[in-house]
Amino acid sequence: MKIVVCIKQVPDTTEVRLDPVTGTLIRDGIPTIINPDDRAGIEAALTLRGQAGGSVTVLTMGPPQADVALREALAMGADEAILLTDRAFGGADTWATSSTIAAALRKTGFDVIITGRQAIDGDTAQVGPQIAEHLAIPQVSYAGDIQVEGETLVVRRMFEDRCHIIEVTAPCLITALSELNKPRYMSIAGIYDAYRKKEVTVWTLADIEDHIDTGNIGLNGSPTRVKKSFTKQPKGTGTFVDNASPDEAVEIIVQKLAEKYII
Amino acid sequence: MSKNILVYIEQRDGKVQNVSLELLGKARGLIAEASEKVVAVLAGYQIQELANSLIWRGADEVIIVDDRILEEYMTGPYTKAVTAVIKKCDPSIVLFGATSIGRDLAPRVSARIHTGLTADCTALEIDGETGNLLMTRPAFGGNIMATIVCAEFRPQMATVRPGVMKALPADNSRSGKMEVLAVDFVAGDNHVKIREVVRETKKSRDIAEAKCLVSGGRGIGNAKGFQMLRELADTLGGDVSSSRACVDAGWIEKNRQVGQTGKTVRPALYMACGISGAIQHLAGMEESELIIAINKNNTAPIFDVADLGIVGDVNVIVPKLAEAIRKYKLCKV
Repeated sequence: MKIVVCIKQVPDTTEVRLDPVTGTLIRDGIPTIINPDDRAGIEAALTLRGQAGGSVTVLTMGPPQADVALREALAMGADEAILLTDRAFGGADTWATSSTIAAALRKTGFDVIITGRQAIDGDTAQVGPQIAEHLAIPQVSYAGDIQVEGETLVVRRMFEDRCHIIEVTAPCLITALSELNKPRYMSIAGIYDAYRKKEVTVWTLADIEDHIDTGNIGLNGSPTRVKKSFTKQPKGTGTFVDNASPDEAVEIIVQKLAEKYII
Repeated sequence: MSKNILVYIEQRDGKVQNVSLELLGKARGLIAEASEKVVAVLAGYQIQELANSLIWRGADEVIIVDDRILEEYMTGPYTKAVTAVIKKCDPSIVLFGATSIGRDLAPRVSARIHTGLTADCTALEIDGETGNLLMTRPAFGGNIMATIVCAEFRPQMATVRPGVMKALPADNSRSGKMEVLAVDFVAGDNHVKIREVVRETKKSRDIAEAKCLVSGGRGIGNAKGFQMLRELADTLGGDVSSSRACVDAGWIEKNRQVGQTGKTVRPALYMACGISGAIQHLAGMEESELIIAINKNNTAPIFDVADLGIVGDVNVIVPKLAEAIRKYKLCKV
């Protein structure tokens, strides 16, 4: 079984801070990580390979620095890594991103594609399903569990109020929740292999050109544009009580609740 | 030319989800000219009787796709149904709730139709100059808001966060057109098979619908802290919710989480107990009518949005508060 995992390198958003003067995002010195849902996808792929045999390829589209994320996946145990990088891919929205990645997947070939549900920087959850549509294969999103039964994958799809136990066969695309598993750590030998024995294959537009209409990539191929971005204005503090005893505090809260007719 | 606003009506087991009613209300507000209409797309099996209620909530027209294959939500058949309606109506705008179903379905539809899709919007308005839809959404975990446009492609599609828009009250004097659209489903539309549907037994209400929420953060110390919050919530006739930290720590279920990766709530009272107020959390609760925050740390960002901020130990104040409210109510009677 050929399993391809699509991953994204993201800023660790729990570390993201805003510049108090300009209100813009401070990117300098912010560590990058493999997007958490994608990391669960890598683990799911490695587990699947253990059960069904085959190989695990990791694929990412991003700047050359995304090499680090791919090496990490190799060190976890992935067999191959592909970095899709070209200035022409820049500024892509989810439609153009998914078109580009789908083109690369046509070139690699696949049985099962695994993506994370959503990335913590964009939070769209759109690229996985859009890749599946471009490749005309079924998708199972929000996977909370994946089991192999012969040729069939049995996936637990988690919705808010219910879950579906779904049977699907290759080719298909599954989007993984970070709750799916506990991703393994990189091993020392794995890290060594990732940098000394294994390779990251770099593909530019020229490498996938046969598989895509170049009108569908990058900023120019993106139906949506960011018109403006801004930071939210905090609504401002109301009454602030810093030095009250617990009993005084309770009295102040009760007064407030009574005043607002909540009690 | 593309016109009209299409609202995808999400129904589960024959029950219309609140977010769909919220979108009907919003769509009415977006209508610029009298010639434009709000069209509801209702897909499912034996769901036609729901159509009237959609008219009462703001739809001018309901297009129904009714087929056995649509009994339980599946990506393939639902994509085919919604795509067929869009092709027939050529709408200018299509709105979906940003639920797990909406976020599974909408990207699939947008890729098939070749148009843009903006995820998880929290504000929608029409640009007075261009007539384009301005779709505003949080990014980077709520640190930044971005306004997105889809100028060159139609329809303009968006998923919208539940709990953000307001539904209109039902007006049963409204009338509208209903139409059944026949879609030719074939066996190959469903590439996957549902072996089993496991419904979560609802022990508690959806937090998005609670009037009062007592919400716990790391400051409550451990899973037992929620018992204390529950007692306070009971005195207020409310419910318990949580920050992400407590969910990650396994103290409480994920469906209780408020914030960017949880739910958006706007109760009459939100009491934040031991929650520092990361921007991702604030994104999910700052529209609450009254926010009371209790936190040990007097520089916690939660105080920036609180109507009443109390610096102190939640584990001391909360039990005393529950007791005081009980007493207050007794005196009032």
